[in-house]
Order: sequence, then structure tokens, then C-alpha cells
Amino acid sequence: MSGPETLLGGAGEPAAGASAGTGAGAGAGRAPAPGPAAGGRRLVERVARVRELGIVVALAALFGVTGAVNPSFLGLDSLRDILLNSSIIAMLAVGQTLVVVTRNVDLSVSSVVGLTAFGGAVVLADTGVPIPVVIVGCVLAGALCGAVNGLLVGVAKVPALVATLGTLYAFRGIDFAVAGGRQVNAADMPESFLSLGSASVLGLPLLALVALVVLLAVGWMLGNLPWGRELYAIGSNPDAAVLAGIQVRRRVLAAFVLNGALAGLAGVMWAARFGTVDATVATGKELDVIAAVVVGGVAIFGGSGTVYGAALGALLLSSITSALAVLRVDALAQTAINGALIITAIVLDRVLALRVAAALRRRRYRDAR
Amino acid sequence: MPAEKTTAATSTAMSSEQSAEKSTATAERAESFGRRLTGLARRWEGLIVVLLVAVTLWATLAVDGFANASNVSFLLLDTTEIAIMALTMTMVIVAAEIDLSVASTLGLCCAVLGALWHANLPIEAIMPICLLVGAACGAVNGLLVTRLGLPSLAVTIGTFALYRGLAYVILGDRAVADLPPAYTGLATQALGPIPVATLLVAVLAAAAAVVLHATGLGRSIYALGANEEAAFFAGVRVKRIKFWLFVASGVFAALASLGYTFRYASARADNGMGLELAVVAAVLLGGVSIFGGRGGLPGVLAAVLLLGVVRNALILADVANEVLNFVTGLLLVASVLAPNLGAVWRRRLSHRTVRLEGDTSR
Repeated sequence: MSGPETLLGGAGEPAAGASAGTGAGAGAGRAPAPGPAAGGRRLVERVARVRELGIVVALAALFGVTGAVNPSFLGLDSLRDILLNSSIIAMLAVGQTLVVVTRNVDLSVSSVVGLTAFGGAVVLADTGVPIPVVIVGCVLAGALCGAVNGLLVGVAKVPALVATLGTLYAFRGIDFAVAGGRQVNAADMPESFLSLGSASVLGLPLLALVALVVLLAVGWMLGNLPWGRELYAIGSNPDAAVLAGIQVRRRVLAAFVLNGALAGLAGVMWAARFGTVDATVATGKELDVIAAVVVGGVAIFGGSGTVYGAALGALLLSSITSALAVLRVDALAQTAINGALIITAIVLDRVLALRVAAALRRRRYRDAR
Repeated sequence: MPAEKTTAATSTAMSSEQSAEKSTATAERAESFGRRLTGLARRWEGLIVVLLVAVTLWATLAVDGFANASNVSFLLLDTTEIAIMALTMTMVIVAAEIDLSVASTLGLCCAVLGALWHANLPIEAIMPICLLVGAACGAVNGLLVTRLGLPSLAVTIGTFALYRGLAYVILGDRAVADLPPAYTGLATQALGPIPVATLLVAVLAAAAAVVLHATGLGRSIYALGANEEAAFFAGVRVKRIKFWLFVASGVFAALASLGYTFRYASARADNGMGLELAVVAAVLLGGVSIFGGRGGLPGVLAAVLLLGVVRNALILADVANEVLNFVTGLLLVASVLAPNLGAVWRRRLSHRTVRLEGDTSR
């Protein structure tokens, strides 16, 4: 059972486990007295809030600088565009967060998006199936892919990295087998479907609203439902979660299924937004998603982080893409910047975690005296 | 695994003392079946070799154009880079770490090579620089993992993007193709059906196998992969070894980049995109545990060849490239799933033995 810890470098420090304030967090029951524990939690929460605040500050700085150079960047159209661009990745980041907090990872999301985007587009182009049915069908197909991952990881105990690396290939292979080199163009799909991709409600893009609803719903579930808290508990300490009577298998499976379903929904959104769909859709996007999640302060070794952070991370990354275009920086630099951001984020998290752990130790020592 | 075996053994011993002969026979049969399964799992490398031979035989008989010298030479050449990177990847994974940035390091070295060649530096000066760049990439990974204690998975996903991005920054989307014919020729030259590059890989593989399987350093790598804390208290310099493993991984990726660039006579920033998955797939298929401490180079090399043969045969049989990815994915999952299911099955069997014994003692 010590497997995942070894794989992920055993970096699950107490601070990481407790920073989300999980009920079953490591060592919560062994705190010497309520005083220091509550104080410690306040401190940890403050740091966690600083973490998300950091992204907001980075976003503000980005918008400030880019807006100063080119004021049109802050125009309504530009902002709408950034929201639209980030909504699909943000939704995938929300789903990925569910999986990552359980100390797993899902690399296959991009293939699931590709599969459902193409499948949905083909059905819409070739048959007269109503649009809502297609959307539900894509979500279910995504959930099925997620279930495959979840069964491999949760039940057959294949390490998530290996299992989803395999299904990354496998789902994409199915996608190519189905597509056989075909490309579905915007002209082939019903107008009413494509208009979903550009429609606005109350001045906000529909796709961004969908992503926002998903974000709030999943955020509430993770924060308030026992089901959500148990995901954090599993990620903080899998062995302790088993001993605490949490049905680890079922919860991990559920996290993967939900992530798959969201990837399916993202697939439909992709088809509606871009109109032109082939078998290569979203190739390589899994790393953007993981980058968003990691930059958003979700610990890659599980147990801590919020979907709000992940969504902010996605917003930051796609804002950077747009800003680079406005600032006329070579788009080729984007990959390097993403990489540097990921590294900065995990290094920052690590340093913060060490600081918090040291502060907690000092406080405990002071209170014990 | 040994614990289960003892349970099974003691239960048979007890049952043979206490019970009727019929149930003893059943228990023994169950136990021998269990032992055979254990043996199978333990001989995973053997299984891969058998599979390799079987697939090669099938391809020779069923696929047109598989068994001729030029195709064999092409097949071997095609596995060069994966084989080189798999050597160090094996050590890294045995040490319970992972390096997903190898293919990006390869891309960065290709870009550096292309840019410097474009700037009219002699190729003999460029090649050591490429190796240094590879070493530096590995050192960054190693420092982040050992000094800051970060999980290598997260670090190398980050540097995966970073190094590839730097490659694009350096070379853009250009391709440098006017490389010296002496080297591009050498990269594809063959002595009979065996390419020169494969001979070099064989030398590297032999060296790596000696280090991993016949030196104290190699034993230390296994020890720290199996239990880092225990290894530390046994005097293994855990951090230092891990650091140098990442550096070695970078250097070997740089070596692979030289092979890749000269073989295709083209230095591009997107060279070797996605190769890291093929490398990790080969290493895991070769019987190395993702949790560290288990596996060996013979199995990995057999797996590299197996994947190469499957790929080559399917290409010759006109199967689309994407289906190949599907097969790679399935093999990867199966390589981990099969031993896991085997373990579950063994546990079932030993439970049944215990139950049988319980029945007879009643």
C-alpha cells in the first residue's frame, strides 16, 4: 500500500495534508490541545488563502502590464475571448482536481475530449439525433472512459500514472479508428449546435457560464459533502482512510468517473466552439490541464487544494497565452513559460509547506512550555 | 509474496499431519498451482522473451517483407533512441523515481545542435555541448528532486514543458537539415543486418547492465528503490545517487538526440515528441516495478525489441500508426494489470488452501 507514496516521492508532509483543513487530516486526532491545533489551522488556512491570492495578484499584474501596453487587451471583446478560451481547460482542471486530491492523476483526459468531441460531431453531422441527447451521450461516453480508468486504478490497483498513460494511447487509438482520417466541418453540423459555442447569456459566454456552474457545483461538493471530504482524506493518507472506514475504491472510482464525465462535456463544448473537429482534437492538452491544476495550488501528491484554485490556474494560463499574442511575443515561448510556471508553483508550494511546518513546530513548542 | 508462500506451505504441512489424504492432495495441487503462478510472475522477463520470440516468428511467417536484412536493420535502427533512454530510465524507475522529461531533453539537444550548426560551429564541438546541455537538464531535475524533496513526477512534468519550450525558443519551427553527411551516413550505416548505431547501443547496454547488476552502486539503486529510509540507514548515499541518476538520464537523452538528429538528418525542436511514453512503456513492460526496487535490464531490452517488432510488423501489415499507439497502450496497462491480477489470484488460492485445511481439522 505504500506504493503511491513511493511513486510520488513521499512528499506528503503534514502541512500538505492539513492545509485544506480536512477532518480526517493527518495527525488531527493527535493534536496535544485544542488551542495550538486551532491556531495551527488558522495559520495553515491563511497560507492556503495566500496561495489563491497569489494567482489573483499574478492575474492582476498580467492584465495591468498588458493593458498598459495595449489597452484593447482590457476591452470587452478581448475579455470575453479570454473567458471563452479558458472555460474548457478550466472545466477539465476542475475534473482533474477531483482525481489529483485523491493522490492520483488522469493523463487520459485529452484523449477523452478528443473521442467525445469527434463522436458528438459525427453523430450531429450524420444523423438527426437531437442536440440534448448528443450532449448527454457524450457526457455518458466520457463517464464510461473515466470508469475504465477508475476500475484500473481503484480496483485493479494499477498506478494511476501507468493506467492513464495506457488509456491516453488507447482512447486516442479508438478515436482514430472511428475517425479514419475524416474531418467534420462546421458546415456539416446544425447551426443551432454551433450557436451554443458563441451564444451569450446576460453578456457572458454560455460556455463560460457552464464552466462556472460546474466549478461552483463541484467546489460545493468537495467542500461540504462527506463524499468530497473523503476524497481529501484518501489523498492525505490512503492507509488512514481505509482504517477510518472510507470506501476508498468506490470513492476513487467515483472521482475518475466524474472527471471523465466532465471531460465528455468539455468534448461537446470543444466541438461547439471550434466547429472543425478531427481525431487529433485536444492532443497534448492533458499537460495544460495538469499545469493549471498545479499552478492553482492543488498538491500533486494529493490531499490539498481547491477547484477554485485550479480554475484560477486555468484562467491565468490562458490569459498568458492571450497576453503573449497581444505583446507580440513569439507564441512558441508559451510552452516554456508554462513549464517555468509549473516548476515555480511546486517549488513555491514546497517552500511554503516547509515554512508552515516550521511555524507549527515553533508554536507547539511555545505552547508546550 | 514470500509470506503468502509460507502460509500456503505451513497450511499444507499442517493438513498433511492432521487430515485425510484426499484433501491433502487437493491442497498440494492448489499449492503447486500457486507456486507455478508465482514462478511465472517471477519469470516475467522470461515471459517477455518468449513473447518476443513468438511475435518474431509470427511476423516472419505471416508478414511479407519482415524477414529480410534491410527490414531487420530498419527495425533495429528504429529502436535506437528508445533503447538508449530506456537504459537510464530503468535505473531511475528502479530507484522509485521517474523522468518524464527525457524526450523534451532530446528535443532541446536537437534544437541546440541545429542552432549551433546553423551558426557554423564544427560538429565535433557541438556534440560535447549537446551532452553538456543534456547533463544540465538532468541536473536541474535532480536538484529539484533531491534538494527540495519534490516529487519527480511533478518536477519532470514541469521540465517536460520547459525543455520542449526552450527548444522552440532556440530553434523556432525551423528545421536544420544540411548536417554533415559523414555523420548522417554513419547513423544509418549497417554491417550486414546490424546497424552501427545498434552496436553502440549494445555497448551502452552492456555498460549499464554491469553498473546496475554487478556493482555496489547498482545494488544501492535497488536498495534505495525498495526502501529509501532503510537504504539511507544502511549508509547508501540516497540523494547523491538519485541526483546522478537524473544527470545520467539527461546525458543519455542527449546521446539519443544525436542518434535521432543524424538518423533523420534533421534537427527540429519537435524531434522525439511523445517518445517518453514509449520509453516508460518499454521499461514497465520489461518488468520494472513503477514502485521501484524491482526489475532488470534484460527484460527491458527484450521489451524494447518486442515493441519494436510489433510496431514494425504492424506497419508492414498496413496498420495505421494510431492503432500502434492503441496496442502500446494496451500492452502498457496489461504489463501492470497481469501481475496484479496474478497476485489477487494467488491470494484467493492461498485463502482456499487455508479454508480447506479448516474444513479438515473440524
